[in-house]
Amino acid sequence: MSKHRVIPGFGLSLGFTVTYLSLIILIPLAALFVKAGGLGPAEWWRILSAPRVLAAAKLTFGASAAAAMVSVVVGLLVTWVLVRYRFPGRRLLDAMVDLPFALPTAVAGITLTSIYAPNGWIGQYLAVWGIQGAYSPFGVFIALTFIGFPFVVRTVQPVMEDLGTELEEAAATLGAGRLTVFCRVILPALLPALITGFTLAFARAIGEYGSVIFISGNLPMKTEILPLLIVAQLEQYKYRDAAVIAAGMLMVSFALLFLINLLQRQLNWHKR
Amino acid sequence: MHHRSSTTESAPVRWLLIGLALLALSLFLLLPLLAVFVEALRRGTDVFCAALVSPSALSAVRLTLTAAAVSVPLNTVFGLAAAWAVTKHQFRGRALLLSLIDLPFAVSPVIAGLVWVLLFGAKGWFGPWLADHDIRIIFELPGIILATVFVTFPFVARELIPLMEAQGNDQELAAVTLGASGWQMFRRITLPNIKWGLLYGVLLCNARAMGEFGAVSVVSGHIRGKTNTLPLHIEVLYNEYQFSAAFACATLLGLLALLTLGLKSAVEQFTHQRASGRI
Amino acid sequence: MKILSYFPSAVILALLLTACGKRSTPGSTLLNVSYDPTREFYADVNAAFAKQWQSSHGRALSIEQSHGGSGKQARAVIDGLEADVVTLALAGDIDEIARQTKLLPGDWQSRLPDHSAPYTSTIVLVVRKGNPKGIKDWGDLVKEGVKVITPNPKTSGGARWNYLAAWAWASKQFGGDQAQILAYMTRLFKNVPVLGTGARDSTSTFAQQGNGDVLLAWENEAYLIGREFPGLSEIIYPSLSILAEPPVAVVDANAAKHGSSEAARAYLEFLYTDEGQTLAAKHFYRPRKPEIAALAASRLPELQMVTVDADFGGWVKAQATHFNDGGSFDQVIKP
Repeated sequence: MSKHRVIPGFGLSLGFTVTYLSLIILIPLAALFVKAGGLGPAEWWRILSAPRVLAAAKLTFGASAAAAMVSVVVGLLVTWVLVRYRFPGRRLLDAMVDLPFALPTAVAGITLTSIYAPNGWIGQYLAVWGIQGAYSPFGVFIALTFIGFPFVVRTVQPVMEDLGTELEEAAATLGAGRLTVFCRVILPALLPALITGFTLAFARAIGEYGSVIFISGNLPMKTEILPLLIVAQLEQYKYRDAAVIAAGMLMVSFALLFLINLLQRQLNWHKR
Repeated sequence: MHHRSSTTESAPVRWLLIGLALLALSLFLLLPLLAVFVEALRRGTDVFCAALVSPSALSAVRLTLTAAAVSVPLNTVFGLAAAWAVTKHQFRGRALLLSLIDLPFAVSPVIAGLVWVLLFGAKGWFGPWLADHDIRIIFELPGIILATVFVTFPFVARELIPLMEAQGNDQELAAVTLGASGWQMFRRITLPNIKWGLLYGVLLCNARAMGEFGAVSVVSGHIRGKTNTLPLHIEVLYNEYQFSAAFACATLLGLLALLTLGLKSAVEQFTHQRASGRI
Repeated sequence: MKILSYFPSAVILALLLTACGKRSTPGSTLLNVSYDPTREFYADVNAAFAKQWQSSHGRALSIEQSHGGSGKQARAVIDGLEADVVTLALAGDIDEIARQTKLLPGDWQSRLPDHSAPYTSTIVLVVRKGNPKGIKDWGDLVKEGVKVITPNPKTSGGARWNYLAAWAWASKQFGGDQAQILAYMTRLFKNVPVLGTGARDSTSTFAQQGNGDVLLAWENEAYLIGREFPGLSEIIYPSLSILAEPPVAVVDANAAKHGSSEAARAYLEFLYTDEGQTLAAKHFYRPRKPEIAALAASRLPELQMVTVDADFGGWVKAQATHFNDGGSFDQVIKP
């Protein structure tokens, strides 16, 4: 099975990675699962199948997926413009992309709420169209897109910068139109990075707390997200119930991440 | 006349795309940033400056910098090791490892704080032992650092992996054939190839470390001037109806993003000049 | 090279070591872990008490302050935040500390006068200037088109007082008929467009962002809105409300460990002195001392109030009946 490894450093790098991963991520998460494991399967089912939990799960995962999709489309556009074109203000634009990372999520939540609230800068125009910005599932979507969008840009950007134009030139020489080149040459090369970007934006959105609680309105069954339910359980000193919801949430997100990574590996295999 | 380069679009398409990107970014990013500054300066520059130099703000800045100074290097070393293991080698469980690296993204910050409480809190696994030895982790600096490390864990690794994947192993394989040692190969070939990705990763990691709110909020004792990081200090000010002061401190973090990117462009330009000078 | 793999463990160890021995000299600091709307009040109390302590004991005392949602703060103390004194929103939260840890005895509430609550407050209705929707009492809150802002009782102590106050009014109105009370509460929460996570969160939603017609708030918080946002709101006293008794307690084990037991006790006793009571009145809490309460009566009018102990059977029972999973609040918010 094991073929001879040509490039050195496998043992060291993998050993370090696994040790560090275990100490920082796995052992703490194990503590969570042990806590949640104190309850039997019936209890797990009772907690996780509560209508409020299901409604919150639907909103959390649905809004996160939608936000990640939009992030990919907008992110690809922005990255393309940043990498390929030269225009005044490009550097500033580039700098601004990181803003959602640097802005504390609570501040982001407060500002987004004030902008998209029915009396806010944008919210008032949305209201004309009968769309409620803040305090609705749409508000949750806005906050999650804000949070997830830089992930796509920052994952795709280095790859795109690295892409070079030789292949495109070759394709153009062979008579391919610009759109064909984009779809046939550029997009496939970017696909792994795009998928990574989507995964990151999606995963980050699922767990987001700080910004969403300000803009969502937190109405049970309507605009309540899973992390808030966890906090609500903690406030009642129900560590176990909180741990069960957290563990359930983790397992679903982990399964999703795992699937996406498998998919990506398939893509890379085909490329080679 | 050769009307346009074969690798770019026609001018109208180009400007349309730029326009769309600008519109999206202004609605999404510029407007919130603007709102922060408008709020910060609403009560004049005196209030703005006073908020930034108050002792509790300075202590919050110090704490935030300390936490970032520990967690960013840690996660950078990890990111390099993980990316090397994952992209330069094929092994069983690679997809699993990749997913595990992503996992902290999907862990709600609330949970990221909670797990440390479950481990080191007074009623946690190590709680009684720590109490016997009078060691404080939760509600003190170590807890804040641990929470920050957890939350910013994947940033560098996740930045490097797709980049190194796209680059492939050809150059490294050539180096091995020529008899280069692992370290030489890393320093001379891999590092120069990935330096921008690495820098992006470090910047992201740093920005996120400084802006983290949810997880830190769980493990900090919220003691004014002692265990409040900058984002927590902002929350305190906001809750005390000092909106202008709160947003003044928020501008610090907004400026941080702009500053780090300014640095990045400077480094970029410097290296370009060096490179073109040599050739 | 293998050594590098131990690097993370070494770092964790280093972190542990930095954590050791960080506390300053015994008895020189006091940590007060409190809930949200007491920030301004305790800022004044701390300054006044530190001055008094300096003159009577000849050494400085620095008082550290932590604020947050009452339940969250109680949980922090349970998890190891070394508070010398706790000053929280509900007795139930301090009960929980006593129940889950050995930090203070179960009978803590009998150690200080007035059930360990040196000041009281109540729940009032805050409406927009001029009261455009004509809100006069709890009954008006369920009218068509009235938007009510309150925090979530699951995450906020203040919200639980709000909820119980509304419940008490409905109970009196409908002669204790459970179905009618529940129907009223359901209609009330149908009118709530935003449930904040804490009292201050809801205040910002109402005052800063201009949402809603009525805010259910602590009395002292209501006056604070008047001061911070002049001309925005006015306060409506309902026909019936609830007597909120925010309790205080020394966390014995922590204070003993820090050598600050004496200071901690003196700090809480200070709240009962004329000076402490005057400060409470200044920040719109209702003082216990009759002579100081009389001075404040012009601002804080008499009103009919129920109590948790007499009308809801104490916090343990109220929490279980109304706010735990499957309690009345869960029925009220069912779609």
